[in-house]
Amino acid sequence: MDAVFKALADPTRRELLDRLFENNGQTLGELCQRLTMTRQAVMKHLRILEEANLVVTIWRGREKLHYLNPVPIHEISQRWINKFERQHLDALTELKQVLEKQPKDN
Amino acid sequence: MEKPQFVYSVYIASTPEKVWEAITQGDFTEQYWRGSRIESNWQVGSPVKLTSGNAVVWTGEVLECEPPRRLVYTFLGPWLQQEHPSRVRFEIEERESLVKLTVIHDQLTETGLKNLTGWPLILCSLKSFLESGRGLSFKNYF
Repeated sequence: MDAVFKALADPTRRELLDRLFENNGQTLGELCQRLTMTRQAVMKHLRILEEANLVVTIWRGREKLHYLNPVPIHEISQRWINKFERQHLDALTELKQVLEKQPKDN
Repeated sequence: MEKPQFVYSVYIASTPEKVWEAITQGDFTEQYWRGSRIESNWQVGSPVKLTSGNAVVWTGEVLECEPPRRLVYTFLGPWLQQEHPSRVRFEIEERESLVKLTVIHDQLTETGLKNLTGWPLILCSLKSFLESGRGLSFKNYF
């Protein structure tokens, strides 16, 4: 679990996860596009994400594809969120999303 | 080869044989898979289904079965709302003292993709069941 928190405590790594959430199964080359950092730096971030099992890779021919793996995040939520609280939390999250979509001066 | 749509993985403190039993025997799936039982004779070409009480949750056909390493079956559930079956592949590998279980789900349509949501929780529940003897309670999830 330490590895998961460490992996998530970095904005670049969270962005890499966001990108995989949008488009799952990308190669290193695809993930490097639009990022202003070296290929080596991206590889290093991906390795940390992989060690935390937040990213899983599979080979398709000669291509290594990266996938977002949400299982460790579920394990964390499972540990601290009581099953009876879940519906209330979902409702609050939804309310926050709705309110934040509205312009502030409304 | 088309790109798989989902790849999930979980590390479990167990043995490949126990993980294999847990994914292929109804007496075990009942304890972590929302109380549902998996049924098949696990011969290639044979049917496989998951049932909850009298209701059939999904059906499929065994495509590959190599205990305790690899299991592949087709997967057709009404809630996925797709005409042709999708495909699920389980891969079991030993990693030092742990077992890495990978689930690869592909051949999903756009609609199937949106409607498929269950794997992360099922895998957490399977891990909990094998490590502590208790699966998760799915009450209040959906």
